[in-house]
Amino acid sequence: MFKIIQQTIRTGIVTTSYPGTPADVSPFFRGKPVFDLERWRDARGPAEVCPTQAIAVQDEADQRTVTIDYGRCVFCGLCAETESGSAVRVTREFELATHDRSRLIVTANYQLNLDGSHARLLKCSKAEDEVEKTGNTLRTAIQELLGRSLSIRQVDAGSCNGCEIEIVGLNNPIYDIERFGIHFVASPRHADMLLVTGPVTRNMELALVKTFGATPSPKLVVAVGACGISGGIFGESYASLGGVEKVLPVNVYIPGCPPRPQALLHGILLAVGRLAEK
Amino acid sequence: MAFPTFPELQQTFGEQVRSMHGEYVQTAGPEVRGIVEVLRRDWGARIVTVFAEDRRADDGVFFNYYVFEQLGNPSYLILRAPVRPDDLEFPSLSAEIPAVNWQEREIQDWFGLKAVGHPNPRRVAMHDNWPDVRPLRKDFPFAIALPPFEGERHIYRPALGEGVLQVPVGPVHAGIIEPGHFNFAVAGEPILYLQLRMFYTHKGTEKLFEKLPIHKAVFLAESISGDSSFSHGTAFCQAIERAAEIEVPQSALMTRTILLELERIYNHVADIGAIATDVGFVVANAHASRLREMLLNLNEQVSGSRLLRGVVCVGGVRRPWQAGQQNLLRSAIDLLEKEFENLIALIYSSDSTRDRLEHTGILRPEKARDLGIVGVGGRASGVDLDVRRDHPYAAYDQVTFRTPVYQAGDVWHRMQVRIDEVIESINILRSATEHNLYGAHCAAPRPIPSDRCAISAVEGWRGEIIHWVRTGPGNRLERCKIKDPSLNNWPALVEAVQGNIIADFPVINKSFNLSYSGTDR
Repeated sequence: MFKIIQQTIRTGIVTTSYPGTPADVSPFFRGKPVFDLERWRDARGPAEVCPTQAIAVQDEADQRTVTIDYGRCVFCGLCAETESGSAVRVTREFELATHDRSRLIVTANYQLNLDGSHARLLKCSKAEDEVEKTGNTLRTAIQELLGRSLSIRQVDAGSCNGCEIEIVGLNNPIYDIERFGIHFVASPRHADMLLVTGPVTRNMELALVKTFGATPSPKLVVAVGACGISGGIFGESYASLGGVEKVLPVNVYIPGCPPRPQALLHGILLAVGRLAEK
Repeated sequence: MAFPTFPELQQTFGEQVRSMHGEYVQTAGPEVRGIVEVLRRDWGARIVTVFAEDRRADDGVFFNYYVFEQLGNPSYLILRAPVRPDDLEFPSLSAEIPAVNWQEREIQDWFGLKAVGHPNPRRVAMHDNWPDVRPLRKDFPFAIALPPFEGERHIYRPALGEGVLQVPVGPVHAGIIEPGHFNFAVAGEPILYLQLRMFYTHKGTEKLFEKLPIHKAVFLAESISGDSSFSHGTAFCQAIERAAEIEVPQSALMTRTILLELERIYNHVADIGAIATDVGFVVANAHASRLREMLLNLNEQVSGSRLLRGVVCVGGVRRPWQAGQQNLLRSAIDLLEKEFENLIALIYSSDSTRDRLEHTGILRPEKARDLGIVGVGGRASGVDLDVRRDHPYAAYDQVTFRTPVYQAGDVWHRMQVRIDEVIESINILRSATEHNLYGAHCAAPRPIPSDRCAISAVEGWRGEIIHWVRTGPGNRLERCKIKDPSLNNWPALVEAVQGNIIADFPVINKSFNLSYSGTDR
């Protein structure tokens, strides 16, 4: 007993002040890659190396559509290492969670040179504001009910266990999710939110649907990680259905491979309206 | 000790063995029982893994592969046994070698071959409600959407007797862990019999390897089992490097060694804390999880990723060390050592923890050997295997370490193995950081030649990870076989829980801490 108290006193308080203060992340951390669409001379190199097709190019006559999907990105940084990658820069941004899947997707149209490089940017897209507004009104009703205290049931619908490592971290003394009145519960019957990882495998489909059915309304579903959002590197196949939204309605998407604990916190607090989208 | 030469094999088996190229011995047909028996009995060989390959297009047959190792011999011996497509049958070894039970059934499920004489030939990988498909055959399309599944998902053996109950658990468990289904037969509190159904997280990974260019497949290897990203990534890259005869620069080998040990330490520390939690010693877990967080941050500081992802590549590692990183690692090692000593002192100070863990979940050494248990679970039950020592890779031939082995086989000793290994890993890290890490970090990229086979092994923190590849044209793979140590070790859990009370199941399970995703792929 004396040893326990001694060690507790010696350790002191270790809990982070995030999100009150910005997260202390290593300068070597690989976060969101950003694209200087105006200056980007050729998207083919980055599209070629991207392991999850988060960067895709489609050419039609002398025009190209480039799609960048942060819901597929595994933050490997290969796109920024290609020759044409000087317009691509890896940042330390990680608070990418959003209510709206389309906000994770950027499309850009280019006029092409004869050699297939970009001559000029014709247009680029961002999220549609209309969708955002409807989303906002719907959200407030649920937030009023769940905003103060929240019970989460985590469901692994097929993940590699990477996301679980970081989710478990939310319970450690550093991130201590209970300081927000949020806790992980053992049964979906006690839960307000399902925190789902995976690509949803064929073998977990039924269990996931049943878990959702056993969760009392109102309820929220949060899709975690590249696989949970889009199927990630596993995609769709005889064994995998792809992202969680193929099976359940999703309220919030948290990109990452896996998302770091602060990114998970940000996404969970966003889902209950206690933080805003960045 | 060395494996028999081809003339020696021919002398004993005559026409049964056809040829030998490098480590591959080609047999005349699927019959290998005699050879396997002699290899095990007279040459002290241990069977590492059994798997199949669909070579109907090129060679007109399926191949079964039987991989052997010998203590004190760094090479492998691999039997390649053709199975005719008009026959599909091969003799089962499971009755004599329970270690290949699941693996032979996987061959049945994925390829539609038939293990004749298997004592329990039911499906293992595909659930009972799957249609009759053969996903790893070349003519099965990866991207197909199978129709909805119908019928019973699992058909269990009944457990009968007065007062005997069957308790189904999962696939969605109470904690933040992976999915699997456990069916306990209990008489009162004690567990009579446990039946496992895994493969809930089957993602078609081995098939997907055949669809991706090799540089992308590295990322798939990192996603086989999230907590072993670097070990699986390294095992995969090593296999490609062997196939293409790529020489990895010395400092890259040392960097891999460092990162492999960092992966081992963060997982062992987390497990020690989790074992303490499962017997109610929550304070110890608070310190362990604090230490784990420190280690994940350290991973990020030296690699850019908390789980050491996106670092390993074919030919070495992706980035050179940056100024300051090495010093940072050195001072972190000192802090880690001090913190770990405090954590262990705390756990040792609790008699009630020791009392709960000793004699709980015993896996007897003879059972462990028969079942082919590897890694932490094996070493706690007298199985003295360690790929780092037995088949040196990365820079393990340049560092010294001890492999802890105990005979008691209970939860306490599985924790003790982890404690000893963390201390050994700290020593490895210390001597590795003394080496020059600033040399070349990666061999020059070059095309990977087609139709080369290579095996690679890594001692992940759970145990022996095996990757086997056959390369194809255009920097792609024809086949990638992955064996996570968990696949061998699940049956150990079944043995270890028998006679224990159901309330001790979580701590016994945690003391093995097997990977579901690594098993299911």
